[in-house]
Amino acid sequence: MTHDILLAGFGGQGILFAGKILAYSGLMDEKEVSWLPSYGPEMRGGTCNCSVCISDDPIGSPLVLEPSILIAMNTPSLEKFVNSVKPDGVIIVDSTMVDIKVERTDVKTFYVPATQLASDNGLPGGANIILLGKLFKETGIVSAETFKKAIEKVVPAKKASLAANNLKAVQIGMDFNG
Amino acid sequence: MERNLMKGNEALAEAAIRAGCKCFFGYPITPQTEISAYLAKRFKQAGGVFLQAESEIAAINMVLGAASTGVRAMTSSSSPGISLKSEGISYIAGSDLPCVIINVQRGGPGLGGIQPSQADYWQATKALGHGDFQLLVFAPNSVQEMVDTVTKAFDLADEYRMPAMILADGLLGQMMEPVTFPEISAKPVEKPWAANGHGNKREHNIINSLYLQPDVLEKSVKDRFERYAEIKEKHAEAELYMTEDAEVVVTAYGATARVAKSAVNMAREQGIKAGLIRPITLWPFPVKQMNEGSKNAHTLICVEMSMGQMIDDVKLAINCSKPVEFFGRTGGVIPKPSEILEQIKKYAKGGNQ
Repeated sequence: MTHDILLAGFGGQGILFAGKILAYSGLMDEKEVSWLPSYGPEMRGGTCNCSVCISDDPIGSPLVLEPSILIAMNTPSLEKFVNSVKPDGVIIVDSTMVDIKVERTDVKTFYVPATQLASDNGLPGGANIILLGKLFKETGIVSAETFKKAIEKVVPAKKASLAANNLKAVQIGMDFNG
Repeated sequence: MERNLMKGNEALAEAAIRAGCKCFFGYPITPQTEISAYLAKRFKQAGGVFLQAESEIAAINMVLGAASTGVRAMTSSSSPGISLKSEGISYIAGSDLPCVIINVQRGGPGLGGIQPSQADYWQATKALGHGDFQLLVFAPNSVQEMVDTVTKAFDLADEYRMPAMILADGLLGQMMEPVTFPEISAKPVEKPWAANGHGNKREHNIINSLYLQPDVLEKSVKDRFERYAEIKEKHAEAELYMTEDAEVVVTAYGATARVAKSAVNMAREQGIKAGLIRPITLWPFPVKQMNEGSKNAHTLICVEMSMGQMIDDVKLAINCSKPVEFFGRTGGVIPKPSEILEQIKKYAKGGNQ
Protein backbone atom coordinates (compact mmCIF):
# COMPACT_ATOMS: atom_id res chain seq x y z
CA MET A 1 0.00 0.00 0.00
CA THR A 2 1.39 3.38 -1.01
CA HIS A 3 0.06 6.80 -0.13
CA ASP A 4 1.27 9.63 -2.34
CA ILE A 5 0.40 12.82 -0.55
CA LEU A 6 0.71 16.37 -1.82
CA LEU A 7 0.35 19.32 0.53
CA ALA A 8 0.12 22.76 -1.04
CA GLY A 9 -0.52 26.34 -0.02
CA PHE A 10 1.27 29.62 0.71
CA GLY A 11 4.68 29.74 2.33
CA GLY A 12 4.13 30.36 6.05
CA GLN A 13 1.04 28.14 6.38
CA GLY A 14 3.09 25.26 7.73
CA ILE A 15 2.94 23.11 4.61
CA LEU A 16 6.44 21.72 5.07
CA PHE A 17 5.94 21.17 8.81
CA ALA A 18 2.66 19.30 8.25
CA GLY A 19 4.44 17.17 5.65
CA LYS A 20 7.24 16.49 8.08
CA ILE A 21 4.80 15.36 10.79
CA LEU A 22 3.11 13.12 8.26
CA ALA A 23 6.45 11.60 7.21
CA TYR A 24 7.46 11.09 10.86
CA SER A 25 4.12 9.39 11.50
CA GLY A 26 4.95 6.93 8.72
CA LEU A 27 8.38 6.45 10.26
CA MET A 28 6.80 5.66 13.67
CA ASP A 29 4.66 3.02 11.95
CA GLU A 30 7.85 1.43 10.51
CA LYS A 31 6.91 2.38 6.96
CA GLU A 32 9.10 3.54 4.11
CA VAL A 33 8.74 7.32 3.81
CA SER A 34 10.02 10.25 1.81
CA TRP A 35 9.52 13.99 2.09
CA LEU A 36 10.38 16.39 -0.69
CA PRO A 37 9.79 20.14 -0.53
CA SER A 38 9.38 22.42 -3.50
CA TYR A 39 12.33 24.74 -3.19
CA GLY A 40 12.68 28.01 -4.96
CA PRO A 41 13.28 31.70 -4.48
CA GLU A 42 9.82 32.24 -2.91
CA MET A 43 9.53 32.26 0.85
CA ARG A 44 6.69 33.57 3.03
CA GLY A 45 3.64 34.39 0.95
CA GLY A 46 4.84 32.54 -2.15
CA THR A 47 3.46 29.21 -3.29
CA CYS A 48 4.81 26.18 -1.56
CA ASN A 49 4.22 22.46 -1.80
CA CYS A 50 5.55 19.29 -0.38
CA SER A 51 5.45 15.65 -1.53
CA VAL A 52 5.18 12.90 1.09
CA CYS A 53 5.19 9.19 0.26
CA ILE A 54 4.29 6.56 2.85
CA SER A 55 4.60 2.99 1.66
CA ASP A 56 5.18 -0.63 2.62
CA ASP A 57 7.70 -0.88 -0.24
CA PRO A 58 10.85 1.09 -1.08
CA ILE A 59 9.96 4.44 -2.59
CA GLY A 60 10.88 5.16 -6.20
CA SER A 61 10.41 8.74 -7.23
CA PRO A 62 9.78 10.92 -4.16
CA LEU A 63 8.14 13.53 -6.38
CA VAL A 64 4.36 13.18 -6.16
CA LEU A 65 2.82 13.99 -9.53
CA GLU A 66 -0.47 12.10 -9.12
CA PRO A 67 -1.42 12.31 -5.47
CA SER A 68 -3.81 9.87 -3.83
CA ILE A 69 -4.31 12.56 -1.19
CA LEU A 70 -4.22 16.33 -1.73
CA ILE A 71 -4.31 18.91 1.04
CA ALA A 72 -4.99 22.35 -0.46
CA MET A 73 -4.58 25.41 1.73
CA ASN A 74 -5.19 28.10 -0.89
CA THR A 75 -7.13 28.60 -4.12
CA PRO A 76 -4.16 28.61 -6.55
CA SER A 77 -2.97 25.28 -5.14
CA LEU A 78 -6.35 23.64 -5.50
CA GLU A 79 -6.70 24.96 -9.06
CA LYS A 80 -3.22 23.76 -9.95
CA PHE A 81 -3.42 20.24 -8.51
CA VAL A 82 -7.11 19.25 -8.51
CA ASN A 83 -6.93 17.44 -11.84
CA SER A 84 -3.78 15.52 -10.95
CA VAL A 85 -5.45 13.67 -8.05
CA LYS A 86 -5.93 9.96 -8.77
CA PRO A 87 -9.51 8.71 -9.25
CA ASP A 88 -10.94 7.67 -5.84
CA GLY A 89 -8.41 9.98 -4.22
CA VAL A 90 -9.07 12.28 -1.30
CA ILE A 91 -8.95 16.08 -1.36
CA ILE A 92 -8.97 18.08 1.86
CA VAL A 93 -9.54 21.79 1.45
CA ASP A 94 -9.08 24.64 3.89
CA SER A 95 -12.41 26.27 3.07
CA THR A 96 -11.51 29.47 4.96
CA MET A 97 -8.81 30.11 2.39
CA VAL A 98 -10.32 28.51 -0.70
CA ASP A 99 -13.39 29.99 -2.34
CA ILE A 100 -13.92 27.44 -5.11
CA LYS A 101 -15.44 23.95 -5.08
CA VAL A 102 -14.08 20.74 -6.52
CA GLU A 103 -16.14 19.85 -9.60
CA ARG A 104 -14.81 16.30 -9.91
CA THR A 105 -17.11 13.52 -8.77
CA ASP A 106 -14.56 10.69 -8.87
CA VAL A 107 -12.74 11.94 -5.77
CA LYS A 108 -13.83 12.46 -2.17
CA THR A 109 -13.59 16.09 -1.13
CA PHE A 110 -13.78 17.41 2.43
CA TYR A 111 -14.10 21.10 3.20
CA VAL A 112 -12.73 22.12 6.57
CA PRO A 113 -12.69 25.81 7.60
CA ALA A 114 -9.35 25.09 9.22
CA THR A 115 -7.96 28.61 9.43
CA GLN A 116 -11.21 29.79 11.06
CA LEU A 117 -11.27 26.83 13.47
CA ALA A 118 -7.67 27.50 14.40
CA SER A 119 -8.32 31.12 15.23
CA ASP A 120 -11.59 30.31 17.11
CA ASN A 121 -9.65 27.90 19.30
CA GLY A 122 -6.69 30.15 19.99
CA LEU A 123 -4.37 28.09 17.80
CA PRO A 124 -2.96 30.59 15.29
CA GLY A 125 -1.01 28.77 12.60
CA GLY A 126 -2.69 25.49 13.54
CA ALA A 127 -4.80 25.13 10.38
CA ASN A 128 -2.27 22.75 8.81
CA ILE A 129 -2.54 20.31 11.73
CA ILE A 130 -6.35 20.59 11.85
CA LEU A 131 -6.37 19.47 8.20
CA LEU A 132 -4.08 16.57 9.09
CA GLY A 133 -6.60 15.56 11.79
CA LYS A 134 -9.34 15.43 9.17
CA LEU A 135 -7.05 13.43 6.89
CA PHE A 136 -6.33 10.86 9.61
CA LYS A 137 -10.03 10.50 10.43
CA GLU A 138 -11.11 10.04 6.80
CA THR A 139 -8.29 7.84 5.57
CA GLY A 140 -6.98 6.07 8.68
CA ILE A 141 -3.43 6.25 7.30
CA VAL A 142 -2.13 7.38 10.68
CA SER A 143 -3.63 6.70 14.11
CA ALA A 144 -4.00 9.38 16.80
CA GLU A 145 -1.47 7.43 18.86
CA THR A 146 1.11 7.41 16.07
CA PHE A 147 0.58 11.10 15.44
CA LYS A 148 1.23 11.79 19.14
CA LYS A 149 4.51 9.90 18.95
CA ALA A 150 5.50 11.80 15.82
CA ILE A 151 4.77 15.15 17.47
CA GLU A 152 6.82 14.17 20.49
CA LYS A 153 9.69 13.22 18.20
CA VAL A 154 9.63 16.45 16.20
CA VAL A 155 8.82 19.01 18.91
CA PRO A 156 11.65 19.34 21.45
CA ALA A 157 10.75 18.54 25.09
CA LYS A 158 11.37 22.11 26.24
CA LYS A 159 8.65 23.29 23.88
CA ALA A 160 6.06 20.91 25.33
CA SER A 161 3.33 23.58 25.11
CA LEU A 162 3.67 23.53 21.31
CA ALA A 163 3.22 19.78 21.33
CA ALA A 164 0.03 20.21 23.36
CA ASN A 165 -1.29 22.76 20.84
CA ASN A 166 -0.63 20.40 17.97
CA LEU A 167 -2.43 17.57 19.75
CA LYS A 168 -5.37 19.89 20.37
CA ALA A 169 -5.40 20.95 16.72
CA VAL A 170 -5.36 17.39 15.40
CA GLN A 171 -8.31 16.55 17.68
CA ILE A 172 -10.30 19.51 16.33
CA GLY A 173 -9.68 18.21 12.82
CA MET A 174 -10.71 14.68 13.75
CA ASP A 175 -13.89 15.89 15.44
CA PHE A 176 -14.96 18.20 12.61
CA ASN A 177 -17.87 16.91 10.58
CA GLY A 178 -18.44 18.42 7.18
CA MET B 1 19.70 1.34 15.32
CA GLU B 2 17.28 4.25 15.45
CA ARG B 3 15.84 5.44 12.17
CA ASN B 4 15.62 9.20 11.84
CA LEU B 5 14.35 11.44 9.11
CA MET B 6 17.00 13.67 7.64
CA LYS B 7 17.47 15.86 4.61
CA GLY B 8 20.04 14.51 2.17
CA ASN B 9 22.28 17.54 2.62
CA GLU B 10 22.23 17.30 6.41
CA ALA B 11 22.83 13.57 6.29
CA LEU B 12 25.91 14.13 4.09
CA ALA B 13 27.21 16.62 6.64
CA GLU B 14 26.60 14.37 9.66
CA ALA B 15 28.15 11.43 7.82
CA ALA B 16 31.26 13.51 7.10
CA ILE B 17 31.74 14.23 10.80
CA ARG B 18 31.33 10.55 11.64
CA ALA B 19 33.82 9.67 8.93
CA GLY B 20 36.40 11.78 10.75
CA CYS B 21 36.21 14.91 8.63
CA LYS B 22 37.91 17.69 10.56
CA CYS B 23 37.81 20.60 8.12
CA PHE B 24 35.07 21.97 5.93
CA PHE B 25 35.50 24.95 3.66
CA GLY B 26 32.59 26.14 1.58
CA TYR B 27 30.66 28.94 0.02
CA PRO B 28 26.85 28.94 -0.02
CA ILE B 29 24.86 28.00 -3.10
CA THR B 30 21.40 26.49 -3.57
CA PRO B 31 20.55 23.59 -3.37
CA GLN B 32 23.39 22.43 -1.08
CA THR B 33 23.63 25.18 1.55
CA GLU B 34 22.24 22.95 4.32
CA ILE B 35 25.55 21.07 4.29
CA SER B 36 27.39 24.23 5.34
CA ALA B 37 24.67 25.30 7.76
CA TYR B 38 24.66 21.92 9.49
CA LEU B 39 28.44 21.74 9.79
CA ALA B 40 28.67 25.33 11.06
CA LYS B 41 26.58 24.22 14.04
CA ARG B 42 27.77 20.65 14.54
CA PHE B 43 31.52 21.18 14.26
CA LYS B 44 31.35 23.28 17.45
CA GLN B 45 30.42 20.18 19.47
CA ALA B 46 32.10 17.58 17.32
CA GLY B 47 35.42 19.40 17.10
CA GLY B 48 36.53 20.59 13.71
CA VAL B 49 36.98 23.64 11.56
CA PHE B 50 34.07 25.13 9.67
CA LEU B 51 35.00 28.07 7.53
CA GLN B 52 32.88 29.98 5.07
CA ALA B 53 35.44 31.15 2.56
CA GLU B 54 35.23 34.34 0.51
CA SER B 55 34.68 32.32 -2.65
CA GLU B 56 34.57 28.79 -4.04
CA ILE B 57 38.12 29.23 -5.33
CA ALA B 58 39.36 30.10 -1.86
CA ALA B 59 37.43 27.19 -0.34
CA ILE B 60 38.96 24.54 -2.59
CA ASN B 61 42.46 25.88 -2.02
CA MET B 62 41.85 25.75 1.73
CA VAL B 63 40.92 22.09 1.23
CA LEU B 64 44.24 21.63 -0.55
CA GLY B 65 46.06 23.16 2.41
CA ALA B 66 44.19 21.16 5.04
CA ALA B 67 44.54 17.89 3.13
CA SER B 68 48.31 18.51 2.87
CA THR B 69 48.53 18.20 6.64
CA GLY B 70 46.85 14.79 6.53
CA VAL B 71 43.47 15.67 8.03
CA ARG B 72 40.23 14.67 6.36
CA ALA B 73 38.93 17.76 4.58
CA MET B 74 35.83 18.40 2.53
CA THR B 75 34.08 21.03 0.47
CA SER B 76 30.68 21.08 -1.15
CA SER B 77 28.96 23.16 -3.77
CA SER B 78 26.53 23.01 -6.64
CA SER B 79 27.26 23.06 -10.36
CA PRO B 80 28.43 26.68 -11.01
CA GLY B 81 30.46 26.56 -7.80
CA ILE B 82 32.14 23.30 -8.83
CA SER B 83 33.26 24.93 -12.07
CA LEU B 84 34.98 27.60 -10.00
CA LYS B 85 36.71 24.91 -7.95
CA SER B 86 38.05 23.08 -10.96
CA GLU B 87 41.51 24.65 -10.96
CA GLY B 88 42.00 23.76 -7.31
CA ILE B 89 40.76 20.22 -7.88
CA SER B 90 43.36 19.74 -10.61
CA TYR B 91 46.07 20.97 -8.19
CA ILE B 92 44.80 18.58 -5.51
CA ALA B 93 44.91 15.67 -7.95
CA GLY B 94 48.38 16.75 -9.13
CA SER B 95 49.57 16.90 -5.51
CA ASP B 96 48.18 13.41 -4.77
CA LEU B 97 46.00 14.69 -1.95
CA PRO B 98 42.87 12.98 -0.65
CA CYS B 99 39.69 14.97 -0.03
CA VAL B 100 35.95 14.76 -0.58
CA ILE B 101 34.06 17.16 -2.85
CA ILE B 102 30.27 17.12 -2.94
CA ASN B 103 28.35 18.40 -5.96
CA VAL B 104 24.61 18.75 -5.39
CA GLN B 105 23.87 19.36 -9.05
CA ARG B 106 21.51 22.01 -10.41
CA GLY B 107 20.55 22.92 -13.94
CA GLY B 108 23.10 24.59 -16.22
CA PRO B 109 24.99 25.88 -18.13
CA GLY B 110 25.88 29.26 -16.68
CA LEU B 111 23.96 30.20 -13.58
CA GLY B 112 21.29 27.88 -14.97
CA GLY B 113 18.58 27.17 -12.42
CA ILE B 114 18.34 25.73 -8.93
CA GLN B 115 16.29 22.61 -9.64
CA PRO B 116 17.78 19.09 -9.80
CA SER B 117 19.98 18.12 -12.74
CA GLN B 118 22.61 15.60 -13.82
CA ALA B 119 24.28 17.73 -16.45
CA ASP B 120 27.69 17.69 -14.71
CA TYR B 121 28.41 14.05 -15.56
CA TRP B 122 30.99 14.93 -18.20
CA GLN B 123 32.59 17.46 -15.89
CA ALA B 124 32.84 14.99 -13.00
CA THR B 125 34.01 11.96 -14.92
CA LYS B 126 36.04 13.42 -17.80
CA ALA B 127 37.29 16.93 -17.25
CA LEU B 128 37.17 18.37 -13.78
CA GLY B 129 40.11 20.62 -14.53
CA HIS B 130 43.17 20.54 -16.74
CA GLY B 131 45.60 17.69 -17.04
CA ASP B 132 45.59 13.91 -17.01
CA PHE B 133 43.65 12.94 -13.92
CA GLN B 134 40.52 11.31 -12.58
CA LEU B 135 38.41 11.64 -9.47
CA LEU B 136 36.57 8.83 -7.76
CA VAL B 137 32.95 9.68 -8.55
CA PHE B 138 30.10 8.20 -6.52
CA ALA B 139 26.43 8.51 -7.44
CA PRO B 140 24.24 7.51 -4.49
CA ASN B 141 20.47 7.35 -5.00
CA SER B 142 19.05 7.66 -1.49
CA VAL B 143 19.74 9.56 1.70
CA GLN B 144 20.96 6.34 3.37
CA GLU B 145 23.29 5.56 0.50
CA MET B 146 24.68 9.10 0.64
CA VAL B 147 25.56 8.51 4.30
CA ASP B 148 27.28 5.22 3.52
CA THR B 149 29.07 6.77 0.54
CA VAL B 150 30.70 9.56 2.52
CA THR B 151 32.73 7.10 4.60
CA LYS B 152 33.63 5.06 1.54
CA ALA B 153 34.68 8.21 -0.33
CA PHE B 154 37.01 9.34 2.47
CA ASP B 155 38.47 5.83 2.88
CA LEU B 156 39.20 5.33 -0.82
CA ALA B 157 40.46 8.90 -1.23
CA ASP B 158 42.97 8.24 1.56
CA GLU B 159 43.92 4.82 0.27
CA TYR B 160 44.65 6.06 -3.25
CA ARG B 161 45.65 9.63 -2.36
CA MET B 162 43.19 11.28 -4.71
CA PRO B 163 40.09 13.47 -4.54
CA ALA B 164 36.69 11.78 -4.41
CA MET B 165 33.46 13.36 -5.54
CA ILE B 166 29.93 12.59 -4.43
CA LEU B 167 27.73 13.53 -7.36
CA ALA B 168 24.30 14.18 -5.91
CA ASP B 169 21.54 16.47 -7.17
CA GLY B 170 18.99 18.90 -5.80
CA LEU B 171 16.39 16.21 -5.32
CA LEU B 172 18.62 14.00 -3.18
CA GLY B 173 19.95 16.99 -1.28
CA GLN B 174 16.55 18.44 -0.43
CA MET B 175 14.52 15.30 0.28
CA MET B 176 14.12 13.69 3.69
CA GLU B 177 14.25 9.93 4.15
CA PRO B 178 14.82 7.58 7.07
CA VAL B 179 18.48 7.15 7.80
CA THR B 180 20.62 5.28 10.33
CA PHE B 181 24.25 6.04 11.06
CA PRO B 182 26.86 3.37 11.66
CA GLU B 183 28.37 3.60 15.17
CA ILE B 184 31.96 4.44 14.24
CA SER B 185 32.94 4.81 10.64
CA ALA B 186 36.28 6.63 10.79
CA LYS B 187 39.24 4.42 9.96
CA PRO B 188 42.53 5.93 11.15
CA VAL B 189 44.94 5.98 8.22
CA GLU B 190 48.70 6.47 8.38
CA LYS B 191 49.79 9.36 6.20
CA PRO B 192 53.59 9.37 6.19
CA TRP B 193 53.55 11.84 3.31
CA ALA B 194 51.70 14.57 5.23
CA ALA B 195 53.29 17.98 5.77
CA ASN B 196 52.29 18.20 9.40
CA GLY B 197 55.33 19.24 11.41
CA HIS B 198 57.77 16.79 12.92
CA GLY B 199 60.37 18.74 14.91
CA ASN B 200 63.23 17.94 12.51
CA LYS B 201 62.95 14.22 13.26
CA ARG B 202 62.79 13.24 9.59
CA GLU B 203 63.24 14.58 6.09
CA HIS B 204 60.57 17.17 5.37
CA ASN B 205 57.68 16.25 3.11
CA ILE B 206 56.87 18.38 0.09
CA ILE B 207 53.39 18.71 -1.35
CA ASN B 208 53.67 19.92 -4.91
CA SER B 209 52.13 19.68 -8.35
CA LEU B 210 54.88 21.45 -10.33
CA TYR B 211 57.31 19.26 -12.31
CA LEU B 212 59.35 21.18 -14.84
CA GLN B 213 61.17 18.11 -16.17
CA PRO B 214 58.88 16.38 -18.68
CA ASP B 215 60.22 12.92 -17.87
CA VAL B 216 59.68 13.42 -14.15
CA LEU B 217 56.15 14.73 -14.73
CA GLU B 218 55.41 11.86 -17.10
CA LYS B 219 56.50 9.39 -14.44
CA SER B 220 54.33 11.01 -11.78
CA VAL B 221 51.29 10.90 -14.09
CA LYS B 222 52.00 7.31 -15.08
CA ASP B 223 52.33 6.26 -11.44
CA ARG B 224 48.96 7.84 -10.79
CA PHE B 225 47.42 5.99 -13.72
CA GLU B 226 48.70 2.70 -12.32
CA ARG B 227 46.64 3.43 -9.24
CA TYR B 228 43.69 4.29 -11.48
CA ALA B 229 44.01 0.89 -13.19
CA GLU B 230 43.83 -0.84 -9.81
CA ILE B 231 40.77 1.20 -8.85
CA LYS B 232 39.02 0.31 -12.11
CA GLU B 233 39.67 -3.34 -11.34
CA LYS B 234 38.54 -3.29 -7.71
CA HIS B 235 36.06 -0.53 -7.04
CA ALA B 236 33.54 -0.22 -9.88
CA GLU B 237 30.05 -0.73 -8.46
CA ALA B 238 26.55 -1.02 -9.83
CA GLU B 239 23.15 -2.29 -8.78
CA LEU B 240 21.45 -4.73 -11.16
CA TYR B 241 17.68 -4.81 -10.78
CA MET B 242 15.59 -7.45 -12.54
CA THR B 243 18.17 -7.70 -15.32
CA GLU B 244 18.46 -11.51 -15.37
CA ASP B 245 15.78 -12.02 -18.04
CA ALA B 246 15.40 -8.39 -19.11
CA GLU B 247 14.96 -7.65 -22.80
CA VAL B 248 14.94 -3.90 -22.33
CA VAL B 249 17.43 -2.55 -19.82
CA VAL B 250 17.31 1.00 -18.52
CA THR B 251 20.56 2.55 -17.32
CA ALA B 252 20.28 5.44 -14.89
CA TYR B 253 22.09 6.74 -11.82
CA GLY B 254 21.28 8.84 -8.77
CA ALA B 255 17.79 10.28 -8.39
CA THR B 256 16.88 9.35 -11.98
CA ALA B 257 17.49 5.69 -11.14
CA ARG B 258 14.71 5.88 -8.55
CA VAL B 259 12.25 7.14 -11.14
CA ALA B 260 13.53 4.53 -13.60
CA LYS B 261 13.03 1.75 -11.04
CA SER B 262 9.38 2.79 -10.63
CA ALA B 263 9.03 2.64 -14.42
CA VAL B 264 10.65 -0.82 -14.55
CA ASN B 265 8.22 -2.05 -11.89
CA MET B 266 5.30 -0.63 -13.87
CA ALA B 267 6.58 -2.34 -17.03
CA ARG B 268 6.92 -5.67 -15.22
CA GLU B 269 3.31 -5.37 -14.01
CA GLN B 270 2.36 -5.10 -17.68
CA GLY B 271 4.34 -8.22 -18.53
CA ILE B 272 7.29 -6.43 -20.16
CA LYS B 273 10.69 -7.89 -19.32
CA ALA B 274 12.41 -4.70 -18.22
CA GLY B 275 15.39 -4.23 -15.95
CA LEU B 276 17.65 -1.53 -14.55
CA ILE B 277 21.40 -1.13 -14.29
CA ARG B 278 22.29 1.60 -11.82
CA PRO B 279 25.93 2.65 -11.78
CA ILE B 280 26.91 3.44 -8.18
CA THR B 281 30.38 4.58 -9.19
CA LEU B 282 30.55 6.75 -12.31
CA TRP B 283 34.33 6.70 -12.27
CA PRO B 284 35.38 3.95 -12.33
CA PHE B 285 32.48 3.10 -14.65
CA PRO B 286 31.00 -0.37 -13.93
CA VAL B 287 31.89 -1.93 -17.27
CA LYS B 288 31.59 -5.57 -16.17
CA GLN B 289 28.23 -4.99 -14.52
CA MET B 290 26.98 -3.17 -17.62
CA ASN B 291 27.74 -6.25 -19.74
CA GLU B 292 26.45 -8.69 -17.15
CA GLY B 293 23.17 -6.79 -16.69
CA SER B 294 22.47 -6.36 -20.39
CA LYS B 295 23.44 -9.83 -21.59
CA ASN B 296 19.87 -10.83 -22.50
CA ALA B 297 18.72 -7.39 -23.59
CA HIS B 298 18.08 -6.38 -27.18
CA THR B 299 17.97 -2.67 -26.31
CA LEU B 300 19.38 -0.41 -23.61
CA ILE B 301 17.82 2.92 -22.74
CA CYS B 302 20.00 5.46 -20.99
CA VAL B 303 17.90 7.87 -18.92
CA GLU B 304 19.44 11.01 -17.47
CA MET B 305 18.57 14.48 -16.26
CA SER B 306 20.72 15.90 -19.04
CA MET B 307 20.90 15.87 -22.83
CA GLY B 308 22.78 12.57 -22.71
CA GLN B 309 26.21 12.44 -21.08
CA MET B 310 26.50 8.97 -19.51
CA ILE B 311 25.22 7.35 -22.70
CA ASP B 312 28.69 7.43 -24.29
CA ASP B 313 30.13 5.43 -21.39
CA VAL B 314 27.29 2.92 -21.67
CA LYS B 315 28.01 2.46 -25.38
CA LEU B 316 31.73 2.07 -24.75
CA ALA B 317 31.14 -0.36 -21.89
CA ILE B 318 29.19 -2.74 -24.12
CA ASN B 319 31.39 -1.96 -27.12
CA CYS B 320 28.37 -0.71 -29.07
CA SER B 321 27.25 -4.34 -29.32
CA LYS B 322 23.59 -3.36 -28.86
CA PRO B 323 21.54 -0.27 -29.58
CA VAL B 324 21.62 2.25 -26.74
CA GLU B 325 18.71 4.67 -26.90
CA PHE B 326 18.39 7.85 -24.90
CA PHE B 327 15.71 9.63 -22.95
CA GLY B 328 16.39 12.71 -20.87
CA ARG B 329 14.90 15.80 -19.33
CA THR B 330 17.11 18.73 -18.51
CA GLY B 331 17.22 22.22 -17.05
CA GLY B 332 15.79 21.10 -13.71
CA VAL B 333 12.90 19.00 -15.02
CA ILE B 334 12.62 15.59 -13.34
CA PRO B 335 11.51 12.76 -15.65
CA LYS B 336 8.21 11.09 -14.77
CA PRO B 337 7.92 7.33 -14.30
CA SER B 338 5.21 7.33 -17.00
CA GLU B 339 7.57 8.98 -19.51
CA ILE B 340 10.22 6.32 -18.92
CA LEU B 341 7.60 3.58 -19.10
CA GLU B 342 6.55 4.94 -22.48
CA GLN B 343 10.15 4.61 -23.70
CA ILE B 344 10.40 1.05 -22.38
CA LYS B 345 7.17 0.12 -24.17
CA LYS B 346 8.32 1.77 -27.38
CA TYR B 347 11.43 -0.42 -27.56
CA ALA B 348 9.94 -3.54 -25.98
CA LYS B 349 7.35 -3.82 -28.73
CA GLY B 350 9.30 -5.34 -31.53
CA GLY B 351 11.98 -2.79 -30.79
CA ASN B 352 15.04 -3.08 -33.03
CA GLN B 353 14.20 -6.51 -34.32
